[in-house]
Amino acid sequence: MGVHERIAGEGVGGGPDGRAHLVVVGNGMAGCRAVEELLARDPGRYRVTIFGAEPHVNYNRIMLSPVLAGEKTFDDIVINGLDWYHDNGIELITGDPVLAIDRVGKSVTARSGRTVSYDKLLIATGSDPFIIPVPGKDLPGVISFRDMADVDHMLAAAGAGGDAVVIGGGLLGLEAAHGLTLRGMKVTVLHLMPTLMERQLDEAAGWLLKTALEARGQTILTGADTAEIVGDTAVEGVRLKDGTLIPASLVVMAVGIRPSVTLARDAGLDIGRGIKVDDHMVTSDPDVLAVGECVEHDGNVYGLVAPLWDMCRALADGLVEQHSGYRGSVTSTKLKVSGIDVFSAGDFSGMEGVEDIVLRDASRGIYKRVVVKDERIVGAVLYGDTGDGNWYFDLLKKQENISDIRDLLIFGQSFASGGGQADPKAAVAALSDDAEICGCNGVSKARVCQAIVDGAVSLDAVRSTCKASASCGSCTGLVEQLLSITLGEDYGSEHIVKTLCKCTSFGHDDVRREIVAQGMRAIPEVMQKLHWSTPDGCSSCRPALNYYLLCAWPGEYVDDQQSRFVNERMHANIQKDGTYSVVPRMWGGLTNPRELRAIADVVEKFNAPMVKVTGGQRLDIFGIRKEDLPAVWADLNAGGMVSGHAYGKSLRTVKTCVGSEWCRFGTQDSTGLGVRIERMTWGSWMPHKFKIAVSGCPRNCAEATIKDFGVVCVDSGYELHVGGNGGIKVRATDLLCKVATEQQAMDYCAAFIQLYREHARYLERTAPWIERVGLDFINSRIVDDEAGREALTARFLFSQSFSQDDPWAARAAGAEAEQHQHLGEFRPLDAIAAE
Amino acid sequence: MIGDWIDIGPLSAIPSRGARTVPVAGGEEIAIFRTGDDAVYALVNRCPHKQGPLSQGIVHGHAVACPLHNWRINLASGEAIGDDKGCVPTIPAKVDAGRVLISRLHAVTSALAA
Ligand code: SRM
Ligand SMILES: Cc1cc2nc3c(=O)[nH]c(=O)nc-3n(C[C@H](O)[C@H](O)[C@H](O)COP(=O)(O)OP(=O)(O)OC[C@H]3O[C@@H](n4cnc5c(N)ncnc54)[C@H](O)[C@@H]3O)c2cc1C
Ligand code: SF4
Ligand code: FES
Repeated sequence: MGVHERIAGEGVGGGPDGRAHLVVVGNGMAGCRAVEELLARDPGRYRVTIFGAEPHVNYNRIMLSPVLAGEKTFDDIVINGLDWYHDNGIELITGDPVLAIDRVGKSVTARSGRTVSYDKLLIATGSDPFIIPVPGKDLPGVISFRDMADVDHMLAAAGAGGDAVVIGGGLLGLEAAHGLTLRGMKVTVLHLMPTLMERQLDEAAGWLLKTALEARGQTILTGADTAEIVGDTAVEGVRLKDGTLIPASLVVMAVGIRPSVTLARDAGLDIGRGIKVDDHMVTSDPDVLAVGECVEHDGNVYGLVAPLWDMCRALADGLVEQHSGYRGSVTSTKLKVSGIDVFSAGDFSGMEGVEDIVLRDASRGIYKRVVVKDERIVGAVLYGDTGDGNWYFDLLKKQENISDIRDLLIFGQSFASGGGQADPKAAVAALSDDAEICGCNGVSKARVCQAIVDGAVSLDAVRSTCKASASCGSCTGLVEQLLSITLGEDYGSEHIVKTLCKCTSFGHDDVRREIVAQGMRAIPEVMQKLHWSTPDGCSSCRPALNYYLLCAWPGEYVDDQQSRFVNERMHANIQKDGTYSVVPRMWGGLTNPRELRAIADVVEKFNAPMVKVTGGQRLDIFGIRKEDLPAVWADLNAGGMVSGHAYGKSLRTVKTCVGSEWCRFGTQDSTGLGVRIERMTWGSWMPHKFKIAVSGCPRNCAEATIKDFGVVCVDSGYELHVGGNGGIKVRATDLLCKVATEQQAMDYCAAFIQLYREHARYLERTAPWIERVGLDFINSRIVDDEAGREALTARFLFSQSFSQDDPWAARAAGAEAEQHQHLGEFRPLDAIAAE
Repeated sequence: MIGDWIDIGPLSAIPSRGARTVPVAGGEEIAIFRTGDDAVYALVNRCPHKQGPLSQGIVHGHAVACPLHNWRINLASGEAIGDDKGCVPTIPAKVDAGRVLISRLHAVTSALAA
């Protein structure tokens, strides 16, 4: 191909047969479909000429992905072959893009110089791939994924093997990556956003997709910002803004498309984001129409084919003067990667009063989310089982009221429309005795019912007696139904499973256990595997999960800032007026002129309205604005100080008294020990705040017996106390044991903290924790089990090796600057004045 | 001429499940939220309870938990959720071609009303 194919033309430039001449620019999906629609209505009405920039007949662009993957050939995807043009008397000019439109003279001129006059002109130029403007973007080997030439290019590159980088983790990028992987290349996908296909998928589905693609050997880097494409004469790799260099002999840019409007703009037509058209696809010039991805209708541009079909119908109706009008489209998406089923439709953003119905089936890798507003479906995301996608999409487009089937909606069409099964309880009651309830542990209905009759009258009791619902938890609903069927009225009241929050049926301990047992490493993964009933949790479970993961995988888990309470995200305490207080660490309550001078300077420089000695033996600077925090921290850092974590579920202070160095009663160096303990423990994240004190003698001036961990020095050594609290409910410590050396005191302290970190529930301080688990438990793990204690100490110190970076220093150096800056500023009066 | 929408920056400048602020000269600061599914909302940055800066709260679903006393606010309506009663003014916001836009009229009036 590549030559001009001229078929059955009556000659160029105004036909003698008296028919109006329709010239189409763009031999793609919309241009040809429009002609098909026109022929179906009135085949003789127009004489038709089509210009195409590509050297091909009309083919199905969306099937380029299967061609790349080797599942189809070009011939398989041709929509209209040469015979179609011939049979319908259409003149096809390929490989010759139109370069100019003369709207006054009503003609178009192509690159070859050919000029053709029109009565009606149809612009269907589609889109241009967006090329990110980085150095190296023009190197040979950097391509987009839009047409058959791109596919040929990729196939040639894949033939040579090697590494490919696909920039863009949207639909197009992932299909390219999939094809290249099947063709034997080692593929890395770079995606700027934290989740793949973020415009179509929510975080949970995006996470499942990423996991599935990684299992197929692709490397997926999210949050990856491309800095440059490197290479001398051809591409050799891609460098990210963080410095990482990824070698590649092929780079595919699939970051988005832009309506192709240059031709129309040069012709003086109205352009917004696309060529502006009315409901009949007419542009600002009544003789020029436009259709497809190049248009903007009612403020919208589209990047999928379904809307084009609707547009083409409206356009053809208009051309034969039976105006129907186009009213915009809702779209749905499916990813064409064999073996991975993903579906998304409609809009789940930006509406008042929307509710989510979520179903997660971890064992089968299924996630479904249907978004409902006013009893109507407005959006759906399906992963793993997309069989009902079309059904949801249909309900969505028809805006059908779903209130009757609401409870069963998420189970899909066959279930929801299955009449007899409408009452889930009746359906469970009807199950046979040997029906399997819990797949993980192979527990039958009869065994669950027997366990209940024998006294297991709560979900927890059932879990611990017959193991049903004790593993993945997906049968929890069924077990609860059986509890309520078997116990009748009596259930309800027993039905107090203390769950982590309303998003889950699991308790804190279950979640912690499963995170470790199943090796879960990300918040969306936990939510998926443990069947969270909300798409992204709530302000109770997100911080808890973030902590549990951080504790389980030190050095590996990447903290989720957005799952942190404001104080921990801002590294300062928020005040009632929205300003912050700043408390630098003063090790063991000691300070010196340099620190005091730095604090004094900060107070003056930033006009802090108050500075105060805290109950924790250090100074608190009040009234700092979030914009000023990094500068304040930089000054304090310069004075040798780091964050005091007065804001954290973490080690707060180690209070000390003066001890043997000065005090006439002091038995040991309590001040020095306090400083050393604080140096060892600062920066660690915990289930709740944690306070330590060291007193030099039993007079206990540092109040060590109301601290989470307290040391009272005596002549013969160190008494270690645990579980004290001086807050809402005062609790004096329990004596854990007495040790002989400072090193032992430090080791026991580390072991106790780690035991607390690994066992306590989020937001449970040591006092209520010890009351719950009993002092015997603590003794058995810390005092009686030497090897266990040493292992706890080692785990604590290992985790500390990752957490003792001053978070202030990083922020002062510019990290996460957006937390401290306004997005912009708005001056309404200036704007009005300008008007 | 002045358009109906004010472009306040790229969507990518707002962290997912987070917020950024836009101070309004002579008026109340506006908080721009971005949810996990990339919806964008603009609200006056002032909790109906005791004026807490909502922009600093934890965003979950289409709601934010106020950082001061944990009232939860529906981002679309500005209303408190659950037993708490109160409402914060909202400003129409949308994303167009990756840019975040807020309604000029509402931004001006809510700023002047404040
Ligand atoms: C600044 C300080 C008061 C002071 O000026 O002295 C203070 C201030 C706050 N305390 Fe405290 N506590 C301060 C020492 C204490 C002490 C005394 C101590 O540590 O020896 C206690 C009792 C000891 C204890 O915790 O067992 C104390 C028991 C509490 C409690 C109750 C904790 C409990 O388990 O019952 C809370 C509420 C909570 O944490 O949920 C609390 C909460 C708070 C909060 C964080 C309230 C809040 O959520 O905003 C206050 C933050 C103020 C700010 O913005 O800086 N504060 N608070 C002290 C900071 C110490 C430091 O240098 O880090
Ligand atoms: C790899 C791939 C996979 C896709 N998968 C899907 C999918 O699964 N589902 C879905 O709904 N959509 C999918 N799409 C999108 C879909 O292909 C487009 O929405 C559709 O092709 C748009 O049709 P169009 O006619 O507007 O543009 P095009 O099909 O691009 O047609 C425009 C034509 O005009 C030509 N042209 C441009 N300028 C000129 C000029 N000046 N003179 C002459 N000719 C010119 C171009 O060369 C092109 O051939 C996919 C796209 C790609 C690239
Ligand atoms: S006792 Fe603590 S929490 Fe209460 S007002 Fe004082 S500083 Fe705030
Ligand atoms: S100020 Fe927002 S909850 Fe109190």
